Amino acid sequence: MKVADLLEETYIALSANKARSALTILGIVIGIASVIAMTAIGQGAQSTIQSSITSAGSNLLYVTPGQQRGVGVQVSAGRGSAQTLTQEDADAIQQEVSLAKNVSPELTRRYQVTAKGTNTNTSVIGTTFAYPDVHNMQVDQGSFITDADVKSQSRVAVIGPTTRDDLFGTDANPIGSTIKINKVEFRIIGMTVAKGGSGFSNPDDAIYVPISTAQRYLAGDKYVSNISVQANDAESMATIQQQITELLLQRHKISDPLQADFTVMNQADILAMASSVTGTLTILLASIAGISLLVGGVGIMNMMLTNVTERTREIGLRKAIGAEESDISMQFLIESVMLTFLGGAIGIILGWILAFGVQYLGFTTTKVTWDMVLLAFGVSALIGIIFGYYPARRASKLNPIQALRFE
Amino acid sequence: MIVLDKITKTYFNADEEVPVLKGISFTINDGEYVAIMGPSGSGKSTLMHILGALDTPTNGSYLLDNQDVSKLSEKELAHIRKDKIGFVFQSFNLLPRSTVIRNVALPLIYSRVAKEERTERARQALFSTGLSEDRFSHLSNQLSGGQMQRVAIARALVTNPSLILADEPTGNLDTATGELVLDTFKQLNDKGHTIVLITHERDVAEHANRIIYIKDGSVLRDEAKKSS
Ligand SMILES: Nc1ncnc2c1ncn2[C@@H]1O[C@H](COP(=O)(O)OP(=O)(O)O)[C@@H](O)[C@H]1O
Ligand SMILES: [Mg+2]
Repeated sequence: MKVADLLEETYIALSANKARSALTILGIVIGIASVIAMTAIGQGAQSTIQSSITSAGSNLLYVTPGQQRGVGVQVSAGRGSAQTLTQEDADAIQQEVSLAKNVSPELTRRYQVTAKGTNTNTSVIGTTFAYPDVHNMQVDQGSFITDADVKSQSRVAVIGPTTRDDLFGTDANPIGSTIKINKVEFRIIGMTVAKGGSGFSNPDDAIYVPISTAQRYLAGDKYVSNISVQANDAESMATIQQQITELLLQRHKISDPLQADFTVMNQADILAMASSVTGTLTILLASIAGISLLVGGVGIMNMMLTNVTERTREIGLRKAIGAEESDISMQFLIESVMLTFLGGAIGIILGWILAFGVQYLGFTTTKVTWDMVLLAFGVSALIGIIFGYYPARRASKLNPIQALRFE
Repeated sequence: MIVLDKITKTYFNADEEVPVLKGISFTINDGEYVAIMGPSGSGKSTLMHILGALDTPTNGSYLLDNQDVSKLSEKELAHIRKDKIGFVFQSFNLLPRSTVIRNVALPLIYSRVAKEERTERARQALFSTGLSEDRFSHLSNQLSGGQMQRVAIARALVTNPSLILADEPTGNLDTATGELVLDTFKQLNDKGHTIVLITHERDVAEHANRIIYIKDGSVLRDEAKKSS
């Protein structure tokens, strides 16, 4: 039997029962569409996180309190939970690690912030003048915190544009206004340029204050939640990482590096950590979608078995006029592969639209990759073969005499 | 040419053996028009399945054009059916919702014949059964019984087989329509096709040139009609 004839026979058979064919492929359509949409969401989250990590500044090292117990644990054990890093540690790094270009100690907490009649809950970041350089941040209006502000513990604040919108309304000029952070009054001296970004740490939705002020009026102690250190270039990163570790071990009087009560990480470490988290997320989402694919496959098998039974006489006739077993099994196998392939194609389009819709409505960025599209095609064809094999074999093994007698 | 030598067929069921054919021998030459006649249950259809390579005998040999068909594999039997046999069934067995042309051309897809040639050969086969041309593109289930059987005969003819086997081809037709179908066989035989017609009715068997009587799985009589 020629391939063209095989395809024509398949087309005729499938279009003879359009409604049933359509309902059967629905399972595959839904399965493939959700695989595409789910992985697009996962991949989108991954690239958002990656770009927010890289846009946080270049050649950065992060010193955080708490023991490195392995990837993942660090994420939760990070900020605030352990208090082992102090202002003095930051000063010591500044003075003794000569390769470090900028050192930015940070004390980050969430507080209730009020302006005249409005209020919001946002991150308040206590830091120094080094922060904008380290984190690639620019000041739009007014100025950033100065060294003098830190020394004098002045109650001044620089506001992020999103927080400005929340407290004063869009396009308002907040410079000179006063706000209350945790009931302490601050005067706004500047506003940062919008960086964009979303998710857990949005630099636009934050208030920046001198770290000394934050320690005295807000936290009430001398601890810092992390220290960002910027290297001159990528080559010196490893040396700086080494020097900081040694310095802090000595300052904290710890002899065994495994017992360190702090962690020094570079951006690459954080990127790797974040991608392993989002990778797991993607796999989780995709496997949930995969289950619906499996259900779709069982649906195909069910329809094909019904199909074989209904067409028993036709199969008997085809055998009587010379069809070999392989002709019959190919015919039914191609029918099921065509069904799943068609379902896969529609599913990919639907999943793409879904992913686009999710992004358009602003839930999260999504990213449909060609890899996934090709994989989805492959998987749907494979499902056709796997779940079509048994019905096709059953058809091909029918005894022609009995098949022709079948009522 | 068909040469049957001591063909037996026994069905082996769960706990009993059913001997259906008990040593059948005869020869049919090319161009003959033979009726195999016998009462219901005498083993005619079983014999036809063996003649048509749909089944193999339990014992004995069956030479079709000097090739021993009795011991072939399933795949080789399919090749014999494709190249040498044309079947006509009592219940027509046409594909419903398919056109007359497609039904007739169907066997040719398994011989890998190109589409235009398939259509042309299907038309020729249909012409030789006398079905009128305006029916060619009708769906098969829109035809009358007699027309359906002529389509089925055309389908049996289209591969130009050396042997056409018909199992009770008039069984589902009224007498007048049955006569038309039998006329078709007669004309095909005049053109040189070998035809084996199976029936339990004497009137039908009378149309052939030779009648082989079968009873209880054995040949009772084998008589040639005196040429008129
Ligand atoms: N698969 C089978 N298993 C057992 N017995 C069968 C089978 N097929 C046919 N028979 C028996 O063989 C006998 C002959 O059947 P068949 O060849 O169909 O007769 P006919 O066509 O002459 O009416 C019948 O008694 C029938 O019951
Ligand atoms: Mg019979």
